[in-house]
Amino acid sequence: MAKTESTFKNMVLSLTVISFCAAACLGFVYELTKEPIALSALNKKLEAIRQVVPEFNNNPNSEMYRLPTGEGDSLDIYPAKNEGEIVGYAVNTYSKNGFSGNISLMAGFRTDGTIINITILGQKETPGLGTKMAEPDFKNQFNDKNPAEFVLKVRKDGGAVDAITAATISSRAFCDAVQRAYNTLQKGGLL
Amino acid sequence: MNQLNNFTKGFIRENPILVLVLGTCPTLATTSSSLNGMGMGIATTFVLVGSNVVISLLSGVIPDKVRIPAFIVIIASFVTVVDLVMQAYVPELYEKLGIFIPLIVVNCIVLGRAEAYASKNSVLSSLIDGIGMGLGFTMALGILGAFREILGSGAIFGYKFIDGDGILIFILAPGAFIALGYLIALINRIKRT
Repeated sequence: MAKTESTFKNMVLSLTVISFCAAACLGFVYELTKEPIALSALNKKLEAIRQVVPEFNNNPNSEMYRLPTGEGDSLDIYPAKNEGEIVGYAVNTYSKNGFSGNISLMAGFRTDGTIINITILGQKETPGLGTKMAEPDFKNQFNDKNPAEFVLKVRKDGGAVDAITAATISSRAFCDAVQRAYNTLQKGGLL
Repeated sequence: MNQLNNFTKGFIRENPILVLVLGTCPTLATTSSSLNGMGMGIATTFVLVGSNVVISLLSGVIPDKVRIPAFIVIIASFVTVVDLVMQAYVPELYEKLGIFIPLIVVNCIVLGRAEAYASKNSVLSSLIDGIGMGLGFTMALGILGAFREILGSGAIFGYKFIDGDGILIFILAPGAFIALGYLIALINRIKRT
């Protein structure tokens, strides 16, 4: 096949056709994968909620609402209900004080403010150090504690939390995120 | 060149990572475990095969002066397809590889093969070249990942065989350089004999 010459018309035409075909293919794949992507994101969220609150039989995702943190933004609150009765709140909270990047947590609270469980949605901490926040040794120390008497600060700062060795910054950020969730629930009058 | 030769050259003789040393950025970043490395390798293989075939089909049609933008459009489309499909069906792996999936677009291996091979050879040769190079890349990433996983976290394919931590530096970026360096040295030794 003879090589197409690099005239202006040929260049514009070939690039246009290629871009057009590429766009058509992408549109097709996007439509095809739109639902599975939304579904997997939803499943992930529901799985996180299930881990941090007692058994529920409503749909916390569709009953989600936002409460202001008092710092100019808001957190997503997922109320968990069993037979219409509120059994707990799952709060999607965050901290900007991580060692590298934001930390995003799902924290579950009872209606009296006691922490039920916490799970990590996203973090970029140092592998092997800050990432230990996801291990039970660290995060389970919060379970069944009420931030009203359990001071959410590492021991170095006069709190009650055992920090991860060599990852004090990550530990502080974790506490900061949980504290933010607690404060927001309190401010919203849910506790 | 016969096709078998064409296929096997990607493994040792012209291995993109270990011999050509192309695309080291995703190599170093995604090989913290063997499975992550292989996932990245397979995603890249798919893009490489797709773009090689399409580019060799179109090489007669695309005017020389705009060939690079045309190649990039084609490669970027394949990468976006991989990105969407992985997000939909293997979300865990997608999360781990994160930004490095979209960055396959700028992976030197893909554009390098398009420019140096696919645009000058037949569709069949380009297809085989893409598979060979892609699998060679996957193999290199898998070995590098296994090496770092064994030393760094005392595990292989996610199964722990020692308690506690390994040598942490191998999970972090400096360990990736060290491991890659030794792997390249080893391959050079093998090639010489």
